[in-house]
Amino acid sequence: MSAGYLELSYLQVAGAALLILINGGISVALRLGLERRLLLAAVRTVVQLLLIGLVLQWVFAVSRWYVVVALMLVMALVAGVAAVRRTGRRYPGIWWNAILSVWVSSWLITAAALFGIVNVDPWFTPQYAIPLLGMILGNTLNGISLGLDRLGEELTGRRGEVEGLLALGATRWEAARRAVRRAVRTGTVPIVNTMMVVGIVSLPGMMTGQLLAGVDPVQAVKYQVVIMFLIASGTALGTVSVVLLSYRRLFNPRHQFLHGLIRKV
Amino acid sequence: MVGSILLEAEDLFRRTPDGTVLLDRVSLSVRAGERLGIEGPTGAGKSVLLRALALLDPVGSGAVRHRGEAVGDRDVPHFRAQVAYLHQTPALLEGSVEENLRSPFELAVYRGRPFDRARAVEILSALGRDASFLAKQRDDLSGGERQLTALVRLLQLEPEVVLLDEPTAALDPETTARAEDLLTRWVGDGERAAVWVSHDPVQTRRLATRRLRVVGGRLAEEVPGEEAGR
Repeated sequence: MSAGYLELSYLQVAGAALLILINGGISVALRLGLERRLLLAAVRTVVQLLLIGLVLQWVFAVSRWYVVVALMLVMALVAGVAAVRRTGRRYPGIWWNAILSVWVSSWLITAAALFGIVNVDPWFTPQYAIPLLGMILGNTLNGISLGLDRLGEELTGRRGEVEGLLALGATRWEAARRAVRRAVRTGTVPIVNTMMVVGIVSLPGMMTGQLLAGVDPVQAVKYQVVIMFLIASGTALGTVSVVLLSYRRLFNPRHQFLHGLIRKV
Repeated sequence: MVGSILLEAEDLFRRTPDGTVLLDRVSLSVRAGERLGIEGPTGAGKSVLLRALALLDPVGSGAVRHRGEAVGDRDVPHFRAQVAYLHQTPALLEGSVEENLRSPFELAVYRGRPFDRARAVEILSALGRDASFLAKQRDDLSGGERQLTALVRLLQLEPEVVLLDEPTAALDPETTARAEDLLTRWVGDGERAAVWVSHDPVQTRRLATRRLRVVGGRLAEEVPGEEAGR
């Protein structure tokens, strides 16, 4: 056995896949009507992960900076799009704002990790660059979608309050800051909550993976601690920037609230 | 009796993205000492016009001038403190009436001006309410009481021009009469003016020194008969 872990055969993976029959059985028994969705979800899980496995295998083998950067670009783009797709209210330009926020915040934090904290040499070593970015992206996209969603809700639900303030002479910031604060809070609180209980009620996926791969638990924990802080700062940066960009789009310099731009989807 | 021009609109034009014309080249001026009544059927554009005068919505073209001068972006909050708009169903913040009356003084535009409780009580009493009204909670207020609270919140700020959108629609007849009386005295014949939107011609006839009619986003000729103050 060359690796410090048990290698899996496709037969073993197929065995695990059979467990989906439990979900299927429950769905049939309780008439949940989920069979088709379950089948689709199971197939997507297998196909998507096999595909990304092939892509990663190739990227790891090639190990060129431009290949890594290209993959990182695609990952950030997909995360930005996914963040908007989860929102209930949108405005023209929301896609660009989300993509820009995800991209800038996740790249900044990943760069800090690669160059300043983990000191990876060369910096584009895919084994580090891609999983680090991936974990930051996954959480940043969560914060961004929650923040955007809350901002849309606040500004629609409290439109009267916002306009009432403007009508009395509030600046656009004075009128919007309450909604902005709530949106940023909503986007960043989940990661703080996770940090509160990490290791007690849950073992994070990355740490679990390292433990399975035979890494010394103390090393695995050190990596996980680093990751938690990367995720927290990435989420905060991404959420703040998407909420502020949205604020600038929805309130013009003439201190007018362009509520007509917000559309329910 | 009628003084200098405080607020002026020239050729205001606005349409929706799908092409519906909301304001069709509307021009008007408001002079000190005037109580301008704006009538018109529902959906005619009365509120759209008031909001445009308060610079709350972007317009396609046209200009609003305050004391003869265009309002630059940076001056908009100051302008709105002088030319204050009151929504038909005003939103109040969570909390008591007094907290609501205090809230505007946190805005930068009123910096250095403290909340004057005695003044607020004075306005309230003119509307038939005593100081105990200040302690009421927003969620216990009726629609009329909310409208009344918002009116007090506006008037205590001493704006120059008030733009009122159906300000008495939810008030009982007695309070309506008191509000009309208060606004008439408030405008007086000094340096203030009021623009009052109402779907009730009887009210505007009773109250206005000049009446205009909005139909289909256009400002029709002045309603004949009453042209007091011109």
